[in-house]
Amino acid sequence: MPIITYRQALNNTLGEELARDENVLLMGEEIGLFQGSYRITEGLLETFGPRRVVDTPIAEEGFVGLAIGAAMLGLRPVVEIMTINFVLVAIDQVVNHASKIHYMFGGQVRVPLVIRTPSGGTGQLGATHSQSFENWFAYCPGLKVVAPATPYDAKGLLRAAIRDDDPVIFIESLALYDTKGEVPDNDDYVVPIGLAEVKRPGTDVTVISYSRMTAVALQVAQRLEQEGISVEVVDLRSLRPLDRPTIIRSVKKTNRAVVIAEDWYSYGMTAEIAATIQEEAFDDLDAPVQRVAGLEVPLPYAKDLSAISKPSANSLIHAIRTVLEGKR
Amino acid sequence: MTKAAEAARAAVEREDGGTLRRYYHQMLLLRRFEERVSEMYVKAKIGGYCHLNLGEEASIVGLMDALTPDDYIFTNYREHGYILARGVEPGPIMAELFGKETGVSGGRGGSMHLFDAKAHFMGGYAIVGGQVPLAVGAAYALKYQGKPGVVVAQMGDATTNIGAFYESLNLAKLWKLPILFFIVNNGYGMGTSVEHGSSEPNLSKKGGAFRIHGERIDGTNVLAVRDAVRRLRQKAEEEGEPAILDVTSFRFRGHSVIDADRYRDADAVRRGRETFDPVRKFAAILRDTGIVEDAFLKETAELVDRMVQDAIDFANNSPEPKFEDMYTHMYATPVPNTPDAQDAIRAVKINRGE
Repeated sequence: MPIITYRQALNNTLGEELARDENVLLMGEEIGLFQGSYRITEGLLETFGPRRVVDTPIAEEGFVGLAIGAAMLGLRPVVEIMTINFVLVAIDQVVNHASKIHYMFGGQVRVPLVIRTPSGGTGQLGATHSQSFENWFAYCPGLKVVAPATPYDAKGLLRAAIRDDDPVIFIESLALYDTKGEVPDNDDYVVPIGLAEVKRPGTDVTVISYSRMTAVALQVAQRLEQEGISVEVVDLRSLRPLDRPTIIRSVKKTNRAVVIAEDWYSYGMTAEIAATIQEEAFDDLDAPVQRVAGLEVPLPYAKDLSAISKPSANSLIHAIRTVLEGKR
Repeated sequence: MTKAAEAARAAVEREDGGTLRRYYHQMLLLRRFEERVSEMYVKAKIGGYCHLNLGEEASIVGLMDALTPDDYIFTNYREHGYILARGVEPGPIMAELFGKETGVSGGRGGSMHLFDAKAHFMGGYAIVGGQVPLAVGAAYALKYQGKPGVVVAQMGDATTNIGAFYESLNLAKLWKLPILFFIVNNGYGMGTSVEHGSSEPNLSKKGGAFRIHGERIDGTNVLAVRDAVRRLRQKAEEEGEPAILDVTSFRFRGHSVIDADRYRDADAVRRGRETFDPVRKFAAILRDTGIVEDAFLKETAELVDRMVQDAIDFANNSPEPKFEDMYTHMYATPVPNTPDAQDAIRAVKINRGE
């Protein structure tokens, strides 16, 4: 199977879906002539022309709203928001409109829209460019939120998202764009929205994660294997709907759980998962659930401060050791 | 008689009698519908917020008659009259206000969220300005797919102070989209007058920075509204030239049914209702020009009263949405791990202590 980057997986999928369906079009800032701020849309303007690959002015609220309205008439816009931080200026359109239009109008109209955007931080981007807001969207019924961790899932979930008739928030990660993985050629697979995956089986502890933190969890699992610790990694892939049964199945098997996400600790993604585990697997737990998340500060610029504000492999290992204390 | 009144009378005399009678019938239907809605609200048949189109009948009927079946309409939350004038049956509209399964939005929307896909009535929206980018997007889709028609983004005067409006103007002009920005200028955004809220009180000028043509139109004159919409609609459709219509009217009552309207001078409101009542003005001009007789006005009133009463009866006799349908329409494409009818029924039992 060919090995490609997460970026290539996204780029290929966008190209294939543009070729497959005339109603699919891409919109966003700098996605055409500039080739995309992170080169996800590289070459697509050249191939498909400005009707299908649309450079927008800096007006997130305007063009996200426009994409929703266009979707209501049958187009399938795939909107790129340069980083998730900028979705905030369009949040009325996403939360008050995209997520409600199908239900609130009694199912008469569909909003087949994808909003692709990288979340999280990397490389000293500072307080306003390093945030994780996927939980804001995962909170909203009516939206679907996916956050692939591998090139394979990136491709399969992007396909699923574009072919889905509901608004899908597609969470990417700057730190994942250059990661590599196996992706089949000439295979029209989709990764279903709403299903998690056990990315690595284990017996001592379950780590629940998504997006970049799944990559961290897999590295940690490999490292700890040498110490004889067997870590099962559950990759959520979808944040809404949340695949609670897969989480619970795993925790019932290992009896210990650590949840890791890049967002802030309080009210964050890890809180939802931990609550789910105590509701549905309380009697199976041999230790309290551990949570690993970002420090609760506006992310500082200074290099070292910045680095320790986000969860690391070491912070995950610390949590795993804590949850394993007393286990023989 | 003022010059404007003379011109209005001359325009009526040039018009086909059947058309005029149809307009009168529609305007009166909107009037009576809203008066009865107000009554039903007080009787607690209707909940939530409820905003009436009283005083706006001429602008609504004029707008809707200038549109074609290809066109799409997005409105704000003061939209009962628009969906009625678009030809949707009064029964399902009233049923939606009553929160019934037979309502135009299946009882999921309410007064502020009416919708009818077949009529291209693309919804009432209750976040000020929210519908404007959506309407621009619909116009984008028409152009993209090479389809005929234009889109109307209806909004209140105060919407011209929010950012989404300006982003929408920019995109509409930049991409040459077939859209009309139809501003219902009733002088007040809730309790804030246009002069208090807008540094440019002439709203027709607010597209200036985007090179969008704007006109102020007397919204109490059905023919003036219709003719302006026809003319600007054609430019929008054929040349991709968006336009702003600043359509003035007088708000008869408070912002919503429950607003006691204490911030406006009571005498001025009384005078305004007399001066700017589009239905009464239209009836008078039709009678004065000999186009209709008193018998027609009386028959129309009876007919309209019956239609509205039938709508109320339909709404009253309609079932509530079923509990097990709580999650129906949650997602258009089903996906695993979402709640279903069983979950809904469980929630009902717990919530009701059964």
